Amino acid sequence: MSPWVINTVYLLLCVSLILAFARLVRGPSLPDRVVALELIASITVGLIIVYAIHHGMAYFIDVALVLALTGFMAAVGFARYLERGGSRDE
Amino acid sequence: MSEFFTAFFLLVGAAFVLIGALGVVRMPDLMLRMHTTTKAGALGGGLIAVAAAFYFPEAGVIVRSMAILAFVVLTAPIAAHIIGRAAYFVGVPLWDRTLVDELKERLDTKEHRLYSQKLEDPPSANESDRHGD
Repeated sequence: MSPWVINTVYLLLCVSLILAFARLVRGPSLPDRVVALELIASITVGLIIVYAIHHGMAYFIDVALVLALTGFMAAVGFARYLERGGSRDE
Repeated sequence: MSEFFTAFFLLVGAAFVLIGALGVVRMPDLMLRMHTTTKAGALGGGLIAVAAAFYFPEAGVIVRSMAILAFVVLTAPIAAHIIGRAAYFVGVPLWDRTLVDELKERLDTKEHRLYSQKLEDPPSANESDRHGD
């Protein structure tokens, strides 16, 4: 894999991670933060796959698969917590 | 040739993820933010998984990449749906230039039920702060 492609992809994903983190810090309500967390989980899945391609280690794909599963579970848990009562602001 | 496809899918996927992250910062309202993360973010993650399938020519890796792709594409709409539903019940304010809010007169936020006809007297519990911000 040519290095400039890997570096460009790392750069794009890191900028997206910073932008999502800005929304996580600023987000006026709790659902905004949940959406930002979900985006951070999917960016991290992408970063792990790019790392696996960069270093040629195929078994890191398993980590990305597990992380994708866990991110969905976290979203479901947060939504259930919001809908069945819980702190409504922040 | 597989090198070219790997680079192409990696770059396009990362660009889509960046567009999704840009939208989550710039959009004015929770529903619009969710629209960018769900569509652009999920498509970007899926394309990066496809790039891994092109790079490692082994059956196990291809199956795992396709599993990640299917899982991301299947669960992103479900997660967005349940978060949007919970946020609407909580009363997250919509954008002040929102034109139509059909759920306001059809969704009973007390009983957690959705009706196909308009309600007789729409619940006015959090109607006042619905269009804040």
